Amino acid sequence: MGGKKSIIPLLLVAILLVFLPFSLPRFYTYLISLIVTMGLLSTSLNFALGYGGIYQLHHGVFYGTGAYAAAVMIAKLGYNPWFAFIIGPLVAAALSLVMGIICIRLSKLYFGMLQISLGSLVWAIVYRWYGFTGGDDGIHGISVPSMIGSTKGAYYFTMIVAGLAMFFMYRILHSPFGSTLQGIRDNAVRSQAIGVNVRRHQLTALVMAGFFAGVAGVLFVVVDNSVFPNMLFWTLSLEITIMALLGGWFTFLGPMLGAAIIVLLRTFVSTVTEYWTFALGILLMLVILFLPEGVLGKVFEIWKRRTSAEIRG
Amino acid sequence: MLEVKGLSKSFGGFLAVNKATLEVRKGEIVAVIGPNGAGKTTLFNLVTGILKPDEGQVLFKGEEITGLPAYKTCKKGITRSFQVVNIFSRLTVFENVRISVLSQQGKTYHWFKPSREFVNEETSEILKSVGLINRKYNVCGALSHGDQKVLEIAIALAGKPELLILDEPTAGMSPEETARCIDLIKQLSQSLGLTILFCEHDMELVFAIAQEIMVMVRGSTIAQGPPDEVRRNQQVQDAYLGGDEGC
Repeated sequence: MGGKKSIIPLLLVAILLVFLPFSLPRFYTYLISLIVTMGLLSTSLNFALGYGGIYQLHHGVFYGTGAYAAAVMIAKLGYNPWFAFIIGPLVAAALSLVMGIICIRLSKLYFGMLQISLGSLVWAIVYRWYGFTGGDDGIHGISVPSMIGSTKGAYYFTMIVAGLAMFFMYRILHSPFGSTLQGIRDNAVRSQAIGVNVRRHQLTALVMAGFFAGVAGVLFVVVDNSVFPNMLFWTLSLEITIMALLGGWFTFLGPMLGAAIIVLLRTFVSTVTEYWTFALGILLMLVILFLPEGVLGKVFEIWKRRTSAEIRG
Repeated sequence: MLEVKGLSKSFGGFLAVNKATLEVRKGEIVAVIGPNGAGKTTLFNLVTGILKPDEGQVLFKGEEITGLPAYKTCKKGITRSFQVVNIFSRLTVFENVRISVLSQQGKTYHWFKPSREFVNEETSEILKSVGLINRKYNVCGALSHGDQKVLEIAIALAGKPELLILDEPTAGMSPEETARCIDLIKQLSQSLGLTILFCEHDMELVFAIAQEIMVMVRGSTIAQGPPDEVRRNQQVQDAYLGGDEGC
């Protein structure tokens, strides 16, 4: 990523994505929307985990919260959907701020453990509060504006919003704030000693990551017209962590690639056998053994070796 | 400029620093010496706010800074290098120093414009002054140990300190690297007028450049004064220097 060279392939991908729905069956259009939504979610996790070095173990909570906030506002409280789509991510960011303030005092794994417990609490509330959240049934048939109501409409909405969100995350990670965040990841004590307020920067990063997870949650509402408590369950958080690891968690587009691999695997292998996680397990072991920096991490490594060989020439 | 009074810190019953005192005057190069485990690094950690003292006072330019967190003492004008090389290993030499400059200028919350458009001149300037400009695109994990230690100093310098604290700046360096480092420290003191506080095992280095020496044994200050005076001090000789060795 970065530099002028990467603009051309990105443009080609963008053009391809614009025309795809015209040549694909509806199911595939839906599937691509889903991949991009999950990819955005996994990228937002990687924002905190890969770039910030924060053990964000229960990132799914913010995704579910964004989705539920929008869904409840539309289906139960009767707000304008567009307004709900804006509020959803903000609610997710607010929750991220509150949970962040509580957890940030703890370091590394302890941060992650406390976050899992607090996140499970949020899940339990959503799961039990039948009157408001629909309990374990979730909320279905959420009406979205007709413009984005069709599969194609939802697809384009997802592409535009996810594209914008990815663009913003990319810019943030390459800004002074992003550099500082990566400095903190590499060496928190050193960062302090050069005058960086480590906790405040990490907290800001968490709020941003929570916001973008909330955006992904809203996209899911648009794509699927439903929400359910599993969106906040810890297994989903595990799944998006695997996506990031698989794709390459020190690369920007790695999580998106990981999302594509896992969603496709789940969709197609599970038509053959119900033990699709078996295939996932094998794949994951291979990645850990042979590609510890993920698929995209490996690609970059090979590419770098090639170009430096050329220079040495 | 810096005054340490009766500073103590214990770790689970072990008294690492015991009522230490230290005075650093503006423009001086001051060395802290002492046997291994005397508490030199702990003292520096207490002064810079990496650790919180149990008791005692730290005054900087007459202002009490006891127990301030590290990022605040940095803003007050004290920056430091670390004994164990402590840099951002995935980033390049240039990026390492840039983060420190960004922090010094309070620009770490800029979130949209790319980092590469910020503080390039200031960063180059600092790298030139320590002689690392030719290595600016190297990932710093790949630098030699000596260069990493110099980069440590560069990162500390980028914070525009009034007081620069160096924790064993030449530890693990080859003789040539050590000579280069001594020149660098002298030059920083002379050309920038920096006040420098450092600790060191290398006696040659200490007596070559320090204008004032503080001797620490088992966490306590046993003497502070000009090199000649410290060398003659009976208590110091008994505890540390051992006769005429090391001068």
